[in-house]
Amino acid sequence: MRYLSFVLTHLRKDLRLEWRSRDSINGMLFFVLLMVVVFSIAFDPAGYPSTTRQISGGVLWVGLLFASMTALNQSWTREQRNQVLEAQRMAPSPASALFVGKALANMIFVLVVEAVLAPIFVVFFNLHVLGNAWLLAAILPLGTWALVVNGTFFAALGLRARNRELLLPLILLPLSLPAVLMMVQATTGVLTAELDPIYLRSWITQLACYDIIYTTICILLFETVLNAE
Amino acid sequence: MSTATPIRDQALSVTAASLESVSKIYGAFAALRNVTAAFPAGSSTVILGENGAGKSTLLRTVAGLISPTRGRATAFGDLPLRQRHRIAYMSHSTMLYDELTAMENLSYFATLHRGEGCACVGSPEMALRAVGLDPALPRPVGQYSQGMRQRASLARVLQTDPELLLLDEPFSNLDVSSAGHLVDLLADFRTWPVPGGGRRTLILTTHQASLAEPLADRTLIMRQGQVIDLVTGSHG
Repeated sequence: MRYLSFVLTHLRKDLRLEWRSRDSINGMLFFVLLMVVVFSIAFDPAGYPSTTRQISGGVLWVGLLFASMTALNQSWTREQRNQVLEAQRMAPSPASALFVGKALANMIFVLVVEAVLAPIFVVFFNLHVLGNAWLLAAILPLGTWALVVNGTFFAALGLRARNRELLLPLILLPLSLPAVLMMVQATTGVLTAELDPIYLRSWITQLACYDIIYTTICILLFETVLNAE
Repeated sequence: MSTATPIRDQALSVTAASLESVSKIYGAFAALRNVTAAFPAGSSTVILGENGAGKSTLLRTVAGLISPTRGRATAFGDLPLRQRHRIAYMSHSTMLYDELTAMENLSYFATLHRGEGCACVGSPEMALRAVGLDPALPRPVGQYSQGMRQRASLARVLQTDPELLLLDEPFSNLDVSSAGHLVDLLADFRTWPVPGGGRRTLILTTHQASLAEPLADRTLIMRQGQVIDLVTGSHG
């Protein structure tokens, strides 16, 4: 219960900071909206509805992956300003609570962006969901968590690096490939209804397993990363 | 028969922090060179030296924020990071979030230090009042003057009720009057009782020896990563 209280304290602080500055959400929104517009012009969804449906899952997740990276770097920059991170390191609360709180905050920011993006995406890509739309309620949070948990961890790892904006995509993109594959397959399966439900469930289960494994690893290693020189 | 004197003597004989043959090397640059120093509990030590003398590195080593390349740093006989609940560190940066008010900042850090629902709830407010800031001030810390920021930063460390207080250039960017007020606050802090007896230990680094003089009962002089002199004498 004490640990949960620390996590909620960090989460509340990050939400409050974002509410006052709106740096992360605004940056992500502009990026992802521009991406949707550019891709919708490039692929002509009205002319090729079937092809568009096939690629829309990929466009959605790649857009979110790139957009989330801007927010992930931003979230740790706040901790470095005025050396607040040193005050965090001096606090006797568990370091991993800071990580979990920040990952949850980042997840909320990305989910907000997804909520704004979803109707725009449907309109611009002329989409009609042919499969079980309710499955997206499982795929979107699981996929988002897969992006932010690794992203938050590796953004912290690059904190002391000179080119941290470059370092994050270099580490995060290869590591996220399996998760991106699972998210895209599951999302495309729901949008097109062409995937066998057994395979669809299999992709979602694998995505959940990916989340559990990487969350555990990140929590266990975070204190070492935080105190690294 | 009074017990105050034996407790004080016992406290002074205990070492709050110590460095044994500590070196800190960054690439080809040695920030600390074979430094050995002990900071008795209840003492107030002012570390003087030019830029690059190693003052901040020494303080950060005692705080546990950096680990020595060679040698051993301890606080209360243990690794400093294991004694975090007894140590507070204030840097020349505020170590506060610019977007939050002083009260929001302090409440946040108080929760991290003590957990919610403890008997210490309300201490952020007391700490802010102690440094002369209004807890109800709605302005975020980013809009404070330098003196107010420094005081808010001091309130952040005082609210954790530390036995060992480490201050890195606390007078930087302060005018003489604000610095004098800070010295008074720190002198007052040293008189606060510690649960279980003993006294507060203070270690601060500064360029401005004259400002820190009323606080110093030991003065450590550093040059090029080495302690070159230790002057003992009470001014308090």
